[in-house]
Amino acid sequence: MAVPKRKMSRSNTRSRRANWKATPTTLTTCPRCNAPRQPHIACPNCGTYNGRQYAEAERTEHQA
Amino acid sequence: MPTPTKGPRVGGGPAHERLILSNLATALFENDRITTTEAKAKRLRPLAERLITFAKRGDLAARRRVLAVVRDKGAVHRLFAEIAPDMAQREGGYTRITKIGARKGDNAPMAVIELVREPLSAKKATVKEAEAATKRAAKDAAAAPAEAAPAEEPTAAVEADEAAVSDAQADAPAVDLPEGAAPATTDGSAPEGYTVKGNASSKLYHEPDGQWYDQTVAEFWFKSAEDAEAAGFTKAGAKD
Repeated sequence: MAVPKRKMSRSNTRSRRANWKATPTTLTTCPRCNAPRQPHIACPNCGTYNGRQYAEAERTEHQA
Repeated sequence: MPTPTKGPRVGGGPAHERLILSNLATALFENDRITTTEAKAKRLRPLAERLITFAKRGDLAARRRVLAVVRDKGAVHRLFAEIAPDMAQREGGYTRITKIGARKGDNAPMAVIELVREPLSAKKATVKEAEAATKRAAKDAAAAPAEAAPAEEPTAAVEADEAAVSDAQADAPAVDLPEGAAPATTDGSAPEGYTVKGNASSKLYHEPDGQWYDQTVAEFWFKSAEDAEAAGFTKAGAKD
């Protein structure tokens, strides 16, 4: 099995990890309640998606 | 080489996967809608639709093939006796998956998978649209002579709905009023008792609590959302 010949330097480790970046979540506004929601996902505030109601989608502030 | 299964594998092995999927299908046919993870919902969909196709066939052989997957006779009876007749008009697309966001705990994306049991309405909608178009065209034809346009044949307006619509847009929109609408006032304020804004070019209406209500310049005003829908307008943002 191939194994590393040299210890990886802190610099190399850190410069590799420096490229792990988080991206902001895309958000749209709910057409019914104007709360922010993710596209293609039922609104966590009012539970509507495409005019239909999904109570399972509703999340409280605590759960979100 | 056999075609690989679409989607992620579930469970600890092939037998476990079969069990999970059959349990999900049983629960779906018993309850009409179940909440599960997106991955499981996506695996369940083709299986459930195939079972419904068997149920629509309705004979004993089909029932036995379904029973090989869904072991619960009660669920299979419900599938054949109640669900299959509702799906008779539908050509596939028996289930609907709606994403409902991530689960607290493991952040797994969750979804609701449900049987689409409401009657097929696409054709009805088309018929309704056509009737509304005929009504509009007839109204235009009636209004055309009154607007001192003797050169224009009344029949010409009836000919095509598209012609009528383009006429309406060419004229001042206030002249060509849909049913139950009031024209916009010059200063943009609402006429007495009219609260719903109508946009002539997009054929959308905006209720006072709507997202785009404030920014909309109303060509028409309606008393209520029902009036606006009767005039062929649709709710703004309803498609989203």
